[in-house]
Amino acid sequence: MTLNEIVQKLISKFPDNILDSNPEGVEPFIKVAPSDIFDIIKFLKEDPEIDLSFLNLITGVDWNQDNRIEVVYHLSSVAFQSHKLAIHAFLDRKAPRIPSICGLYGAANWHERETYDLLGVEFEGHPDMRRMLLPDDWEGHPLRKDYQFPEEYHGIKWA
Amino acid sequence: MSDSHNENSNKENLTNPMTKSANPNIPGERYGNQVILTTLNDFFSWAKASSIWPMQFGLACCAIEMMATAATGFDMDRFGAAVFRSSPRQSDLMIVAGTVTFKMGERIKRLYEQMPEPKYVLAMGGCAINGGPYSLYGYHVVKGVDRYIPVDIFVPGCPPRPEQLLEGIIKLQELIRQKELLKRESMIYDPKRNSPKTNQ
Repeated sequence: MTLNEIVQKLISKFPDNILDSNPEGVEPFIKVAPSDIFDIIKFLKEDPEIDLSFLNLITGVDWNQDNRIEVVYHLSSVAFQSHKLAIHAFLDRKAPRIPSICGLYGAANWHERETYDLLGVEFEGHPDMRRMLLPDDWEGHPLRKDYQFPEEYHGIKWA
Repeated sequence: MSDSHNENSNKENLTNPMTKSANPNIPGERYGNQVILTTLNDFFSWAKASSIWPMQFGLACCAIEMMATAATGFDMDRFGAAVFRSSPRQSDLMIVAGTVTFKMGERIKRLYEQMPEPKYVLAMGGCAINGGPYSLYGYHVVKGVDRYIPVDIFVPGCPPRPEQLLEGIIKLQELIRQKELLKRESMIYDPKRNSPKTNQ
């Protein structure tokens, strides 16, 4: 299948939840509603013609001025070399929450923890929602644009 | 009587050939050239400086240079300092090779406390000295490992070449030779003078 056909199939399956799509660009993407992310990715993974069974990356972007946080999933296929798709979901910046896809991809576990660590996105249903890299008692999420650098950590001055 | 005396003297000559030619009445010649006169302090310092056992851990790219220094090309073992120990209980020298984050700094401090005296610290590379390239915008990088533990030798570079690390080892050996035997190392270090906040 071409990426156009994949997106058309997806739109016919989820007519209300695909907000935007661009299958032609260098990095083909679709934009989806965050509440249905699990079902959409499950369909993309388990459909034998699409077979996006490989999770490359989960990351996030802080759109400070638009007051929202974007979570990006990069999926690709092992069987079909040309199949690759990025899935964007926009969340409210004050309380970013999105369903976890740990049940679909084992690799999602650490990626979601890292996104939580650096951007503060809560992944609902994640089995172990702790910080990944920073200490457990760290304050703030460093990849946010309005992040304030700490003055000290456990008595050791930052500057 | 004369037979037994000859047997004894023969045995003595076999075990210690020096006694035959040396004059036993002169102290310096009593044992030939097998005696060196020195002070206990110099002797222990020589022993300590000649068998520095570093701790085997690295934090970033400086550790690659440290491995190259320990390998055959530069051969850190020429200075007796390449027996890398995987346990802090067996090591004398902590080479902080790489970026120290706040999370790692507390582990480093604990490792330092687990090392037996006498113990020395060598901060290798810009990151361990003052944060290096992360000194301005590294939100999680400690601006110098001397905020956690006392550092004896600083080896600048990003990363330092193996020759520089070897020179650091040589400088550390000079430092060890200067220190006095019965003085605890941690008493020599004054945390208030050398860094803002260290061992409280």
